[in-house]
Amino acid sequence: MIKIENVHKTYFTEATSLHVLKGIDLSISEGEYVSIMGASGSGKSTLLNIIGILDNYDEGNYFLNGKLIKNLSEKQAAAYRNEMIGFVFQSFNLINFKNALENVALPLYYKNVSRKRRNIIAMEYLDQMGLKEWAHHLPSEMSGGQKQRVAIARAIISQPKILLADEPTGALDSVTSVEVMKVLRELNSNGLTSIIVTHERSVAEETRRIIHIKDGLIENEEQR
Amino acid sequence: MNVLQEIFASLKHNKLRTILTGLSVSWGIFILIVLLAAGNGLQNGVTSNFSDRATNMVQMWPGRTSMPYKGLKSGRSLSFSDKQILAVKENLDGTEGESGVIDNNLIITYKDEYGNFSIKGVEPVYNDIFNLKFEAGNGRFINQLDLENKNKVIVLDKKIEETLFRKESAIGKYVQVGKIIFKVVGVNTKKERWGGGNAYIPFTTAQAIFNPDKKFYNIAMTVNGMETLAENEVFNDKLKETMSKSMYFDAKDTQALWLRNSQENYLKTMRIFGGITIFVSIIGIFTLIAGIVGVSNIMLVSVRERTREIGIRKAIGAPPASILLSIIIESILITTVFGYIGMILGVGLIEIVNVILQQSAAQSETGMSVFKDPSVQLSYVYISTAILILAGVFAGYMPARRAVRIKPIEAMRE
Repeated sequence: MIKIENVHKTYFTEATSLHVLKGIDLSISEGEYVSIMGASGSGKSTLLNIIGILDNYDEGNYFLNGKLIKNLSEKQAAAYRNEMIGFVFQSFNLINFKNALENVALPLYYKNVSRKRRNIIAMEYLDQMGLKEWAHHLPSEMSGGQKQRVAIARAIISQPKILLADEPTGALDSVTSVEVMKVLRELNSNGLTSIIVTHERSVAEETRRIIHIKDGLIENEEQR
Repeated sequence: MNVLQEIFASLKHNKLRTILTGLSVSWGIFILIVLLAAGNGLQNGVTSNFSDRATNMVQMWPGRTSMPYKGLKSGRSLSFSDKQILAVKENLDGTEGESGVIDNNLIITYKDEYGNFSIKGVEPVYNDIFNLKFEAGNGRFINQLDLENKNKVIVLDKKIEETLFRKESAIGKYVQVGKIIFKVVGVNTKKERWGGGNAYIPFTTAQAIFNPDKKFYNIAMTVNGMETLAENEVFNDKLKETMSKSMYFDAKDTQALWLRNSQENYLKTMRIFGGITIFVSIIGIFTLIAGIVGVSNIMLVSVRERTREIGIRKAIGAPPASILLSIIIESILITTVFGYIGMILGVGLIEIVNVILQQSAAQSETGMSVFKDPSVQLSYVYISTAILILAGVFAGYMPARRAVRIKPIEAMRE
């Protein structure tokens, strides 16, 4: 599903340059449940952004579902993101003036699904997350766990190939963290390739493969 | 449809700001429309004041020489005779109706009523030059036959008819002018701008009865084919030169002949109004530009505030074109909706002013106004619409470009 070969990434600021990824080789097959661990500044978020086609890389190759993701136009990148990738973020990143239903339905808007139809589909996904009653509430009226479940529903509504979660429990307490991780595990057991970036050991241990990153290189891997 | 729903959602989110921004555009269009209409109204008013006589009228009066000429000393009082009318006819192209005007102040009497009025001895063309008005039942002006037969007929202004005849009609009645009896053949209902009423008699009759020395002091004519100020200048010079030969004065003498070329005045006035229109348009357009810059600014703020939202949309898979388009359409929506509000208010105000003006003009004595019919042509509305849409695109383009350049990761990090 994912094949990364010798990927390098350097951030340039006016005065300095920061070599964040120093040659990453990684292969993730379909249905895997992977976590990426590392200290802050290790490059784990950068790697996730590259996998999510939110950022580009300087050197090497990245194949997603057999397609080389390199030097894409903004339009192509957006289309691939819409089609193949679902994102879950630490800070939920819901649109605050849209209610839960509209937030979940948004990816379908960019797939030109009609308003009526996308609302029906979004309602199904909300129901799956146990949030049917909350469909018409704004994010500000929901708890952190509920918001993250709305975000997960939004991430999977376009039936992506992979789910990328960046510290999905970072803003949640331990009880809701467990809930959210349960949801993610269920999705994976239904066959969705999932990658979670975290620095919490307990979260990483939920997954079946832990990749440790340090100073822009893969330090070691644990299979569980 | 989908796109509009998305845009309405975001506009609703920032209701107050949208309204405040939009009002600046409303104001700009309002000012533009009102100023243009006011300029129009002023122009219409003045043009209508010109139209009470032929715009291509030239009048001249003899003066007193201030320069010696061919052995004749300066300070001579000049006067016209039939010779000058002939000279004009022979030497000047484009002159059409020429009429000498003999002006006398005489007492007109009808039964017990009498008054002192200006009696003008004129030719039939005088009517074409001054656009007198004869309504049905009010008779006619002096005609060629009257002129040839030196008929003792008279045309009275409405004012004189009212003074002498009270409520009767004067047509066909006889009045005494000085010591001679004249038959009233017409009543002119055109309102004069100043002075009492005039009475008109055939030029030849006036020459014979009231003007034994055959001298007179006013010639009026119409001139065709002069479109520009320069052509009028040439005509004026030529007329002066012809008169100087005919009446023996130095062509450079500024005191010997007085000219009033209404075509020249008309053109000059129109030039002034052209200037006013341009000036007023510039003010209006700059007001509008201020409004547009306001919209652009607010869109920029909006894009900045929505950085995160735009980032999220991009991460979810919004193509750049959809972001660009949504910002620009949002901007167009603001400028057109509020622009039309301003336009409707502006046109409404003008229509109200129009009604009031028409009522007051109907009541006024002379029917004169400086300001008349301040209408907005339909083309202004079309042009304004185009301007508003363009304005929306311009106002939205910069902010939209900025929105497109937003990187999702950076936007979501904030």
